[in-house]
Amino acid sequence: MHKPDQPAIRILINGKTLDAPAGCTVAVALAIADEACRTSVQQQERGPLCAMGICYECRVTVNGVPHRLACQTICAAGMEIQTNG
Amino acid sequence: MADRPLDFNILIVGGGPAGMAAASAAAGAGTVGIVDDNPNLGGQIWRGQSFAVEQKNAAAAMYRRVQQAGVTHLPRLRVLDAPRPGILLAESEAGSYELRYRKLVLATGARERFLPFPGWTLRNVMGAGGLQAMVKSGLPIPGKRVVVAGSGPLLLAVAAYLYEQGAQVVSICEQSPFARLAKFSFGLLGDPRRLAQGVGYRMQLRRTPYRAGWWPIAARGTRYIESVVLSDGHRTQEVPCDYLACGFHLVPNIELPALLGCELLHGFVRVDEQQQTSVSGIYCAGEPTGIGGLEQAILEGEIAGLVCSGRTEALRPLLQKKKKFGKFADRLARAFALRPELRGLANAETILCRCEDVSFGDVRKHSSWRAAKLHTRCGMGPCQGRICGAATEFLFGWNADSVRPPIFPMRFGTMVGRGCTQENKLQER
Repeated sequence: MHKPDQPAIRILINGKTLDAPAGCTVAVALAIADEACRTSVQQQERGPLCAMGICYECRVTVNGVPHRLACQTICAAGMEIQTNG
Repeated sequence: MADRPLDFNILIVGGGPAGMAAASAAAGAGTVGIVDDNPNLGGQIWRGQSFAVEQKNAAAAMYRRVQQAGVTHLPRLRVLDAPRPGILLAESEAGSYELRYRKLVLATGARERFLPFPGWTLRNVMGAGGLQAMVKSGLPIPGKRVVVAGSGPLLLAVAAYLYEQGAQVVSICEQSPFARLAKFSFGLLGDPRRLAQGVGYRMQLRRTPYRAGWWPIAARGTRYIESVVLSDGHRTQEVPCDYLACGFHLVPNIELPALLGCELLHGFVRVDEQQQTSVSGIYCAGEPTGIGGLEQAILEGEIAGLVCSGRTEALRPLLQKKKKFGKFADRLARAFALRPELRGLANAETILCRCEDVSFGDVRKHSSWRAAKLHTRCGMGPCQGRICGAATEFLFGWNADSVRPPIFPMRFGTMVGRGCTQENKLQER
């Protein structure tokens, strides 16, 4: 759980810097940054649904690797996240 | 990419309570491994819990037992295939692995059932367990207005958790009618611990309206949900909110057991008293054998672990306890059976398959899951029908007719790599 006094981890989301709470998942970092995870076939913005690795709505590119599940990936310092996958 | 073999006497798939219990009970029976796709042990229910030494809770105690048992934990590794008896193929971000086992315990858990209604694809409409998982993973929730809706005992637990974390829980809507819930609660009188848990949640949430026989019929908003329309079949009410946490009870994760040839009964893995499936040497514990909750999962895991390691002399008290649990899963299923009105929430344009954006109207034209898949691509996206398949099971009475490997999307490198190992080449000749 995020506490205001928790240390932050600096990551990059679509080229923009975000200080995410330490230990949070990429899905949470994206929500904090107000970024959708992906754009659907009919161009709808989508965010996480199940948040436990089942629905694949949160798939993003992490450090150049596509289709990573944001809900099962913990943010690490310097991580580069790309959405619109 | 080379396959890296890892050899275990007892391999457990799933690091939730059932898997952890199996691992600790199997201690001393040679190499024991837990493979799980999450970064940490604990499954969904113990997600984000501290396992620190000073912690006195059940999760931390179980974690210490697993540590002391010398269990190998393989995190962030997803099982995709069972190419030959005694071998599972798994993939991580770094590559692919062959996991070898002599005995296998399947503790693959459950997922939420989602049903389509207008607006359910809007951002911030999530599973009940889904929103809880996000908050446990660091999502700031203080002050956010949350409506918790759907069905199942999870709703109250999630609402209580979110409230504790500072959310403004605006409303809790359980689709099951009051009379059925009352009967279920009455049945809990013989089960003081579960009853106390339920009462505790209600006390915590005494200022939040709990509505039995109400359900969501639409989510409204442009990019995010801004309000949810609730109904009891006669009246409707629009409630502004920042999040809708909505799930319709749980569906067992039976894809891997089915791939391994384990016999299913009414959608669950059939096991005997000792958690043995229809396939010799393969055991199953926890939600895939019946949605029975935490204590039952731990108990079944312990039984499976003891049986696997041949320590059957320690079994007797556990089997007696299991009998006492009786048919809790059946009682849960009856109490939270889905009402027929929920089949009529989606309209023709509502998206049913979120991976491929296939509408309810397009899927409805077909007579079976297979026909719908072939004609519309419903269920053919990366979730492989885990979300829309569970919905169509309820909406149309369809069943997935087969499970084929890989059971989750596989990288091309893993597929190619598999053909390159010495052993595979020998077998192919």
